Amino acid sequence: MAIVRVQSGDFDVGRELEALTAGRHDVGAVASFVGLVRDANDGQPIRAMTLEHYPGMTESALEDICAQAHSRWKLIETLVIHRIGPLAPGDRIVLVGTASAHRGEAFAACEFIMDYLKTRAPFWKKEDTPDGGKWVDARESDDQAAQRWD
Amino acid sequence: MVTVLYFASLRESLGVSREQVSLPPGTPTVSELLDALRSRDGRWPEAFAPGKSWRVAVNQQMASLATPLRPGDEVAFFPPVTGG
Repeated sequence: MAIVRVQSGDFDVGRELEALTAGRHDVGAVASFVGLVRDANDGQPIRAMTLEHYPGMTESALEDICAQAHSRWKLIETLVIHRIGPLAPGDRIVLVGTASAHRGEAFAACEFIMDYLKTRAPFWKKEDTPDGGKWVDARESDDQAAQRWD
Repeated sequence: MVTVLYFASLRESLGVSREQVSLPPGTPTVSELLDALRSRDGRWPEAFAPGKSWRVAVNQQMASLATPLRPGDEVAFFPPVTGG
């Protein structure tokens, strides 16, 4: 099943991945992705970042993405934690975890969830640059990454 | 009436995050709501000008220009998403 959380606070990657399989003996593989705030984007330094989202739709979009992953692969658990609000370079933004019997499903589903999250979940990044606040533009490469799962 | 929400750069350029808007008569769609918004002062046609990239959701589901609207619906306009 899917666990989805949208929160302003940080998360403990080890603890979250451990909880994903606690008490189970049918999981043979856990894959995970952690997204972090970089200190530069397109050659421009980033001092901080703010993540805006659409409360309500964000959670349902993430649940829908996980449900699609469960229908495409044989998965035991999926987890998405995404942070909102002010973040600094080095901060964790997102954690995706997938658990399955064998590694193939866990790897593929983890990448699929991130690709769909990037293009379908209503989050928007605003970077604090030396020139002032700048909304991040969507990338064509993210659309292409999501389209390969069509 | 429908509730219209704006997010991120669209919210900032329009200077509003939420408002109630009367639906055009008949069987309105997102397209007709957008026509009504574009007929406002300069910021609105500018924000929704051809070539500007934006998305729409109705009742928190991704929607399109052809999506029909009913009184009480929640319609959200926002730029392409950039999370993750």
